[in-house]
Amino acid sequence: MSGSLLRRVRVAEVERVANRIKRFRFVDVDNAPLSEFSGGSHISVVMHAGDRLLRNPYSLMGAPSDTSSYQISVLNVEDSRGGSKFMHEKVSVGTELEIGQPLNLFPPAKLAKKHVLIAGGIGITPFMSMMNELDGLHSDFELHYGVRSLEDGAYCKYLQSRYGSRVNIYRQDQGQLIPLERILGDQRLGTHVYVCGPKPMIEWSLQTAKLLGWPDENVHSEQFSAPPPGKQFLVKLARSGREVIVRGHQSILEALEENGVDAPFLCRGGACGQCETQVVACDGFIEHNDHFLTEPERVSGKKIMICMSRIQTGSITLDL
Amino acid sequence: MTVSTIKSRPIYPGLSPDLNARRNIIVCDKAGAAAVTELFSRADSAFAERTTIILADSLSATETQTLSRDLAPAAVEIQPTLADGIARLRQLLETAPMGLRLYAAGSEPLIGLVVQAGLDFSIDHLSIRTEHRGSLMRRVQCVHCKGYIENVTTNPVKCTHCGLTLLVRDHYSRRLAAFQGVCIDAEVPGEIPPTEALYQ
Repeated sequence: MSGSLLRRVRVAEVERVANRIKRFRFVDVDNAPLSEFSGGSHISVVMHAGDRLLRNPYSLMGAPSDTSSYQISVLNVEDSRGGSKFMHEKVSVGTELEIGQPLNLFPPAKLAKKHVLIAGGIGITPFMSMMNELDGLHSDFELHYGVRSLEDGAYCKYLQSRYGSRVNIYRQDQGQLIPLERILGDQRLGTHVYVCGPKPMIEWSLQTAKLLGWPDENVHSEQFSAPPPGKQFLVKLARSGREVIVRGHQSILEALEENGVDAPFLCRGGACGQCETQVVACDGFIEHNDHFLTEPERVSGKKIMICMSRIQTGSITLDL
Repeated sequence: MTVSTIKSRPIYPGLSPDLNARRNIIVCDKAGAAAVTELFSRADSAFAERTTIILADSLSATETQTLSRDLAPAAVEIQPTLADGIARLRQLLETAPMGLRLYAAGSEPLIGLVVQAGLDFSIDHLSIRTEHRGSLMRRVQCVHCKGYIENVTTNPVKCTHCGLTLLVRDHYSRRLAAFQGVCIDAEVPGEIPPTEALYQ
């Protein structure tokens, strides 16, 4: 349950860094030092958005060794569940928030000879801290960053001035696409590739790497997707006998937390496996939205990742 | 190969072709060559054409002829010893790009030394496809004097460097490409169980 350890922070700075993207800087409410983190880490931010309790994950962007503050960047997503809208509209300098401890599900491979970073849009965020760390270690890396335009892409100028020719920016408004086949087709042995961005971009990258003969072990990706919405349904808890309603725009995990149930979680994005829960009974169809369970596990209907997955309608009994 | 309770004891799932790799390097010995022939039968001929085989073993003229024929159309390089084979592998890896897939088939020392060489070039051990064939002999490191004992077929075994009698453990080091040998009569010197030919 390491994911539920919270600390209070105050917003020290808010800056608009690109169209629909704001950067937030957090400091401890008592100005105590924050924990160090490793490149690629994220934190979850607790948000009381209207009647909803959300805990959205955001990548940490600053220098991993800087314990004076944490920085995140938030894209205001148009059809969002309220998390990014809350951060953009309700949070300003002085606002106090609760955050979780840093977690890293996207660390650079320490033994790699070279690192190729592929970012799309807001997917640049985990690479900010990763590049900071790799640069400090004098590791060989290159960034390929796809943006809609220079007004939409965050930190383009900063990255180019800090990392020079190691940064390659591709502008969609100029018809520039990341030449992935050329990039991945010409790398030395021992190179690892990391992808963060929209789902189609991640799938394209994973597929391209596979077709060029890259072993799975050298290919890494991270995507924080919100739990897809659906219809309201009922969750029965076998151990406590309690019943909790999961509304259409909530995940099971969020509904449990709203009702004071302490369920396990870590990444809240269906990736890490921490929230894997046994299904005791289910009279509806389970929509598995995670990327953790294997196909046989999904088919068995015995397990569900409560941070991302739901049932279409009806009720589900969990071993909680 | 028996199932071990020691987690570091390597397992070898068997060879399967990566049809996307642009180039393959396979290191094998005489026994492992049979696994390579079977691998080729599960892929198209283009797969074999993209493949370089380092066959590290001492072969008779007839064996050389037969194996070169069986393994065609792959390019077969014959190396007289395992050490020569590994040296050649390292030479090839020096200039290899991503998109290369590495395979090893044969004795455990052969597989272990291929994985160790791969490690030096940042190839993840899980991405190396391996199949054990032939002898069960082991490469052992004496944990006391740190010397290596090659081609161990018995347990216990006498350290060829410091003379201690060693229990050959399943505890394995990928970095050293060796099983660990620990003094078997440390408590009561001379109390040594009978030698068993476990790794023939």
